[in-house]
Amino acid sequence: MDGFPILTTMMLVPLVGAILCLFIGGAAARGVALAATLATFALGVLLWASYDIGGAQWQFTERAELFEGFSYALGIDGIALMLIMLSVFLMPICVLASWTSITKRVGEYMSAFLFMEVLMIGVFAAQDLFLFYIFFEAGLIPMYLIIGVWGGDNRIYASYKFFLYTLFGSVLMLIAMFWMVAEAGTSDIPTLMQYDFPVAAQFWLFLAFFASFAVKMPMWPVHTWLPDAHVQAPTAGSVILAGVLLKLGGYGFIRFSLPMFPDASGELAWLIFALSMVAVVYTSLVALVQQDMKKLIAYSSVAHMALVTAGLFAFNVQGLEGAMMIMLGHGLVSGALFLCVGVIYDRLHTREIDRYGGLSINMPYYALFFLLFTMASVGLPGTSNFIGEFLALAGIYQTSTWVAFVCTTGIILGAAYMLYLYRRVAFGVQKNEDAAAMPDITAREWAMMAPIAAAVLWMGVYPESFLAPMRADIAALDARIASAAPANDSQLADGAPRAEAANAIAHEGGEH
Amino acid sequence: MDFSSSFALIAPELLLTGTGLALLMVAAWGGDKAARFVAIAAVTALFGAGFMLVPGLHFGTDGPETIAFGGLMRVDSFALFAKALIYLAAIACLMVAPAFFNSAAAGQERGLRSEYPVLILFAALGMSIMVSAGDFMTLYLGLELNSLASYVLAAILRRDTRSAEAGLKYFVLGALASGILLYGMSLLYGFTGGTDFATVRAGLTGELAVGALFGLIFVLAGLAFKIAAVPFHMWTPDVYEGAPTPVTMFFATAPKVAAVALTARVVFEVFGAQVTAWQQIVMFTALASIIFGALGAIGQENLKRLLAYSSINNVGFILLGLAVANEAGASAMLVYLFIYVAMSLGGFTALLMLRSEDGDLFETFADIRGLSVTQPAIAWCLLLFMFSLAGIPPLLGFYSKFVVFQATVEAGLVAFGAIAIAASVIGAFYYIKFVKVMFFDEPADVVKGSSGTAHWALLFLTAAIISPLGYLLTPSLTDLADKAAAALFLAV
Repeated sequence: MDGFPILTTMMLVPLVGAILCLFIGGAAARGVALAATLATFALGVLLWASYDIGGAQWQFTERAELFEGFSYALGIDGIALMLIMLSVFLMPICVLASWTSITKRVGEYMSAFLFMEVLMIGVFAAQDLFLFYIFFEAGLIPMYLIIGVWGGDNRIYASYKFFLYTLFGSVLMLIAMFWMVAEAGTSDIPTLMQYDFPVAAQFWLFLAFFASFAVKMPMWPVHTWLPDAHVQAPTAGSVILAGVLLKLGGYGFIRFSLPMFPDASGELAWLIFALSMVAVVYTSLVALVQQDMKKLIAYSSVAHMALVTAGLFAFNVQGLEGAMMIMLGHGLVSGALFLCVGVIYDRLHTREIDRYGGLSINMPYYALFFLLFTMASVGLPGTSNFIGEFLALAGIYQTSTWVAFVCTTGIILGAAYMLYLYRRVAFGVQKNEDAAAMPDITAREWAMMAPIAAAVLWMGVYPESFLAPMRADIAALDARIASAAPANDSQLADGAPRAEAANAIAHEGGEH
Repeated sequence: MDFSSSFALIAPELLLTGTGLALLMVAAWGGDKAARFVAIAAVTALFGAGFMLVPGLHFGTDGPETIAFGGLMRVDSFALFAKALIYLAAIACLMVAPAFFNSAAAGQERGLRSEYPVLILFAALGMSIMVSAGDFMTLYLGLELNSLASYVLAAILRRDTRSAEAGLKYFVLGALASGILLYGMSLLYGFTGGTDFATVRAGLTGELAVGALFGLIFVLAGLAFKIAAVPFHMWTPDVYEGAPTPVTMFFATAPKVAAVALTARVVFEVFGAQVTAWQQIVMFTALASIIFGALGAIGQENLKRLLAYSSINNVGFILLGLAVANEAGASAMLVYLFIYVAMSLGGFTALLMLRSEDGDLFETFADIRGLSVTQPAIAWCLLLFMFSLAGIPPLLGFYSKFVVFQATVEAGLVAFGAIAIAASVIGAFYYIKFVKVMFFDEPADVVKGSSGTAHWALLFLTAAIISPLGYLLTPSLTDLADKAAAALFLAV
């Protein structure tokens, strides 16, 4: 693998596909898009397979001085690797999800998605601060078009709101980046991650970055663009939005805010905790009363992301690992839930929960998948989200018992709104004739659901595959920020180790 | 410095003067039948003049050997950079003109008139003199040569009331601004005893007298009018809307470059010792232009009017680089100017391609509804220009904002930069409205006319420049801009 620019290749393949789709258009574009995304996924598998766990922190590095002011520098660590894998895994599924539901301007649609893929890989692989910003912001253009052209009835409002909200969040970050580069004399991300900015300046820098990442994440109270964008976007747009774009905020915190401004992060952890606690409880309650399925899942995303932020600012390994695992798990599960909504929306063209009911009778396989993803969203052991939520809450508990307490209620509320949703859609009587007449999922929909279901179970049963590549990077991050950790109230103390297993039973009869 | 070397330095201007006068004769005797020849000859002359700039631009020229006519003119890298941009913009405006004037869009006076290329040539000559000025007299001479040609250009469709109105408005307000500028110059002359930049600068050291301060303010106000910066921007929307579109394209590009370059030279060379005095004025103007340019554009239905506000908004960002008051800022300003010219040329070319079947020109939002379905090539190019103007990466418009804000922050003006960049989000609102109308709305399907090769070539060329490919230009562009900025500061 030495010397082969695999990251650039991974970006070039969808880029070529995008340009091709733009020109050929029509049905052929679907095939091109599927081929391009599958090829990129294959490259991604190769990337993961050749990633050296426990090797250098930054692997597959590439650097070219093509531009003035910043360099074309790519490279990934375990965290970026996992998020790239998530992106390239979801993309073919997005193409499949749009296979029949998108009929107008197919070429442009597929092209926009492939551009999105280029940018998503780029944003996780960028090793230059400004290159990161370019990829980070450029996503606005295709997403704006996806929502605006192929979205629902209220798409114009949603696309404007999405665009202006996220743009406003990011521009202040750009100013902060200029200051950092002027201060540190380099725009190289690995170097900046080790640079100690003056504590007073960290405070402002943190807030500037926070403005951007909080909007992307999204955190309460700047989350209001998300339900609108989700509801109006086409199914695949929602999948990408929930699956990958929301992770940009979390990735930003873990890559920039924490390692670059550790002191400010520690000082302002209370702010993150407060916003996260509000979000967990408030958005869960809001989700409980939604009549629109997509909106419900959108609010549940906000709640899950709040758990991510709380986990990240717990300043310990469990919290960080948990946050990463929630991001990966949520990327899969919320994406899958949006696909589930898309499947029945394609048949009945409504997202209103009341219009459905008793789907487990006429769509048993659909109900099975939907159940699995619902349970995963609730955090049932054996599914991906359990690992993340458990680790994150364990990490939060070490820092603040109260935050852990409030966040845990979010899990309970999450179970409430998801199970309530599932009951209304899949169980009960078939009160609507048209809904009762819907056919079960097709082979194409199988091909979308089954891989995600497999990944969800894999992550839930054997999370080590996903944790192993990130372990060293998270340990390094933990070491970097440990000194700035906020005071904790849980007062954990090491106990005396037990000589035998916890469930060992002393036998009376001596030896056997 | 003898006369012959002075003449050698101003060879491009001499070429333009000679060609301009000769073509004027051709136009006078040949009439409009000769228009095509005159246009081609004018383009050739501009190319030739531009070609003469290449060695100086490439190797960089500064220091005493750039001074011509005992300090009246200064032909350094800074002037050359601006001239190159001016000539290129003028060539582009000549290229798109025939198709416009030969179509129904020109109303009752169809046909390219042979005065048009001559006027463009003289305007370019005037601007060329402006950016090389080393003395207030040269400055005024160049400025008026440019302005007088521009007034006529705005009103070139004599029977079109909007064009005539634009010309008259431009003339009346332009004359007022010239008056203000002259008054400022005379005050400075009175307080310092000279009109050449070096003498005035020497007289302005230390405590600034009230009269001299007034002189400074009046000069800056006159120049702000020429670059259409808030609060002297009121004429811009009306003139841009009324003038024939190729002329608007010209106004939005070349004179902007010339006036900005001139302002930069004046503030650094003449007021270089009084940085705090002018810096706050420029900072205010920059911020006000960004905000009012953005707010004013929001309600507009007419695309030309909207682009007029957009140019005001962009001038704000250009002045931001000036307000930094150092070499990095000046270099950033020049990079911005280059990218701004490319974006404006592209945007206006796209507008010129919005034709009906009989060749009439459309210029409102209602006409471009759903353009992405009926005319995808134009619509996608316009999308690139609009996102680029809004400064969204990965388009080159982002890079122009990038360099300007980087210079601002590096100079320590962090809060100022933060306010300006936050205000830039307001501007994004109407740029994405363009995209919304073209891509999200149902097609109006009125744009059916075909356009000539010149339009397509210019459209694709500018689109390629502002596309991500343009980033590959940034190293050489920055190199040129750095040399130009260095020459400007060396002259001080």
